[in-house]
Amino acid sequence: MKISGTIMILGSALLLGLFFYPLWNIRLEAPQYPDPLGMDIYIAGIEGEEEFDIQNIDGVNHYIGMKKIPKPEEMWEFNVFPIVIGSMAGLGILLGFLGFFGKISPHWFMGWLVLMIILGILGMYDFNNWLLDYGTDLDPKAIIKLTDAEGNPLNYKPPLLGSEKILNFTAHSYPRTGAYMMFIGMFLTLIAWFAGFRTVKTKK
Amino acid sequence: MKQLNSILFLFLLSILMVSCGEDDAKSRDSRSGGAMASNAAERVYVAPGEHDEFYAFLSGGYSGNLTVYGLPSGRMLKEIPVFSQFPTSGYGYSEETKPMLNTSFGFVPWGDAHHPDISQTNGETDGRWVFINENNTPRIARISLETFETEEIIEIPHSAGNHSSSFVTENTEYVVAGTRFSVPYPQEDIAISEMKGNFKGPLTFIAIDDEGRMKIDFQLKMPGFNYDLSHPGRGDSHGWFFFTTYNTEEAHTLQEVNASQNDKDFIAAVNWKKIQEYVANGGGQEIDAQYAHNVYDHETHTATSTMMNKVLTVDPRDVEGAVYFMPTPKSPHGCDVDPSGEYIVGNGKLSTDLTVHSFSKMLKAIENKDFDGDAYGIPILNFESTLAGTVKEGGLGPLHTEFDGEGNAYTTFFISSEVVKWKLGTWEVLDRQPSYYSVGHLMIPGGNSRKPEGKYLISMNKITKDRYLPTGPELEHSAQLYDISGDKMELLLDFPTHGEPHYAAGISADRVKANSRKIYRLDENKHEFAATSEDATKVVRQGNEVHVYMTTVRSHFAPDNIEGIKVGDKVFFHVTNLEQDFDVPHGFAMIGANTSELLIMPGQTKTITWEPKKAGVWPFYCTDFCSALHQEMQGYVRVSGKNSNTPLTWTLDGE
Repeated sequence: MKISGTIMILGSALLLGLFFYPLWNIRLEAPQYPDPLGMDIYIAGIEGEEEFDIQNIDGVNHYIGMKKIPKPEEMWEFNVFPIVIGSMAGLGILLGFLGFFGKISPHWFMGWLVLMIILGILGMYDFNNWLLDYGTDLDPKAIIKLTDAEGNPLNYKPPLLGSEKILNFTAHSYPRTGAYMMFIGMFLTLIAWFAGFRTVKTKK
Repeated sequence: MKQLNSILFLFLLSILMVSCGEDDAKSRDSRSGGAMASNAAERVYVAPGEHDEFYAFLSGGYSGNLTVYGLPSGRMLKEIPVFSQFPTSGYGYSEETKPMLNTSFGFVPWGDAHHPDISQTNGETDGRWVFINENNTPRIARISLETFETEEIIEIPHSAGNHSSSFVTENTEYVVAGTRFSVPYPQEDIAISEMKGNFKGPLTFIAIDDEGRMKIDFQLKMPGFNYDLSHPGRGDSHGWFFFTTYNTEEAHTLQEVNASQNDKDFIAAVNWKKIQEYVANGGGQEIDAQYAHNVYDHETHTATSTMMNKVLTVDPRDVEGAVYFMPTPKSPHGCDVDPSGEYIVGNGKLSTDLTVHSFSKMLKAIENKDFDGDAYGIPILNFESTLAGTVKEGGLGPLHTEFDGEGNAYTTFFISSEVVKWKLGTWEVLDRQPSYYSVGHLMIPGGNSRKPEGKYLISMNKITKDRYLPTGPELEHSAQLYDISGDKMELLLDFPTHGEPHYAAGISADRVKANSRKIYRLDENKHEFAATSEDATKVVRQGNEVHVYMTTVRSHFAPDNIEGIKVGDKVFFHVTNLEQDFDVPHGFAMIGANTSELLIMPGQTKTITWEPKKAGVWPFYCTDFCSALHQEMQGYVRVSGKNSNTPLTWTLDGE
């Protein structure tokens, strides 16, 4: 259980990377923006890749009546996400230590992972909802009002993952360092469970 | 994913570049074989979206400005206003920039820009600033290569025809400003015919500090010859400055003939380090002077003009060993120093020959007191004892020489209209190429530094005639680009230039482009009348002066409706561009304003005035197609009668 516990500690500690590195990134590329405008999404707020990118994204978006990019205090997520991530990392590390000293069964590790996956899916669902709201809840006095073939207002939602063309912009939405550290961390906890499970089994 | 893509792209690009390099080498081989037709087009072609290898800063001559070109493409990138009003941006019209053109003669709206020179560190161009002189109302300007704007102009008192200027020493210790026309020093009312012996030719040494700030350190009170051009020593001759002279006859009328009688004029060799030391130890005499010192501040976005009233003058005879004359044949024009600092070239403009002096021989001659008399107490060195060699039969009418760093020199010949390549040391002529027509200056990037970048040469010509589609009697001047990387020069390109370029300065783009600013930061804007957000906009009346604190952002003004202005008011529009995005300027133009427009860069504040003469509702608008809603970027000012009671109000969207 020593190896398994160590991997569990390591894996859940990797979550802490989210406090330093962005989780996600959305870049907007257009003929006039050969250097794309970009925003880094952290668990505690959104920052421009370049100093004035957020201001300039807001400037561009005002033509189609989009809301401004929210500041940390304007979205409850930016308060709750750090608490959730911090708690999960703490919990994972605690479980790892307990496992290391053989106090608990490795199935706790699996329990942690399942909880983390559920929370992750909820997080993604929430993020997607925000993107949807951001891309569709438009100012009725918007300067440029475009409709699709059926006459419905155009949807400017950036993709959750991947690249998509929105008017003159191409939006690229991809995970960043923080997310990769989280994925690796979660994968490590799976290995921790597997390793622990096997040791327990051989002992029996 | 993106990063991976860019890595892949870079990889492909490097393969491409390697293969291009091979092509280049191959074609060069076949050229030297003389068989292949020229691929000149390819060699000056800079593909869409790609950048030139060099910046070239060409003086705009009588336009008063400095133009920025890319080489080898010959594309003009910017015109930087320096000594002339420039309605395109409002330079010299806006309240902030009017002080830049202030002089001891009052506001001078025009200038004759001459010799740009790039600041140097250890004898190499460093890409911090360009200095340029104004010939007519003597001034020196400093242009920043971060903003590509004129930051400072200093007037040169007691000078006339500021021509042997604005060349920098190898660590930018000094910029010099010499006098082409000898004048009474200080000015006084005397008969012109009493010129001889009474007029002087002061040479001004302007010290440059680490921020680039200019300060006149001293003026050298030289005999009343015409100081035509100059260049600093470098390497071993660092600490010296060399000036060509003509009219040592001191003729005051029909100089064309009367100033061309002496077989030899002089190159004045000035040991400025000695004089610097002399001055630092309290030498020299402070005399009255009146000159303007104008400084533009990028935080207040405003220039200030300070009138100075003293200058330190030094009699060269008071500083032992500071100044010598080297006899140089035939009214020499250009005075050029090779990259090693050993050779000083006098371009005898009325002959076919170039006279080259040796710095080390000069030192020896001084040591041996090998003098041939004196001029006004300044020793004249024996001609033979400083002579390194003569370039014979180079052409007719040599004017200027630049160097490639490979031991070769290139001289322009005005009368025979050609550029001639010759070898330093052996003085043999290696190659000649025609120029179209009557070439004046030439420029090799870094060609007057210790490390020339000898790949291209441009010639700047005085006569254009049939080189381009005709445009009536008045034509732009023409320039030619030559490849000088091989044994023979090759003409690659012809391009028109703006104004009359007197000299140019070139530098590798790599030393400049990374420092070029994209915006001015709004949070650093300290303009007295700036509104750095829409909340801060307002209109304030002080008697009949009305100050409008206005902002612009895509795509509206704030405020855009102003009422309560009266006939007879003087309205100041202080317009701040709130954008913080690269290349999003806004313009401002007011109907009937007796001034120019404003073109305001992101984060900047500029001001123009408007004195409404008629009651009515008068529109203003943005002149720069800033965005898709540019046409809507407009507003109104309601002007009421002189004695009306319309209250002063300002609104945006009815609020």
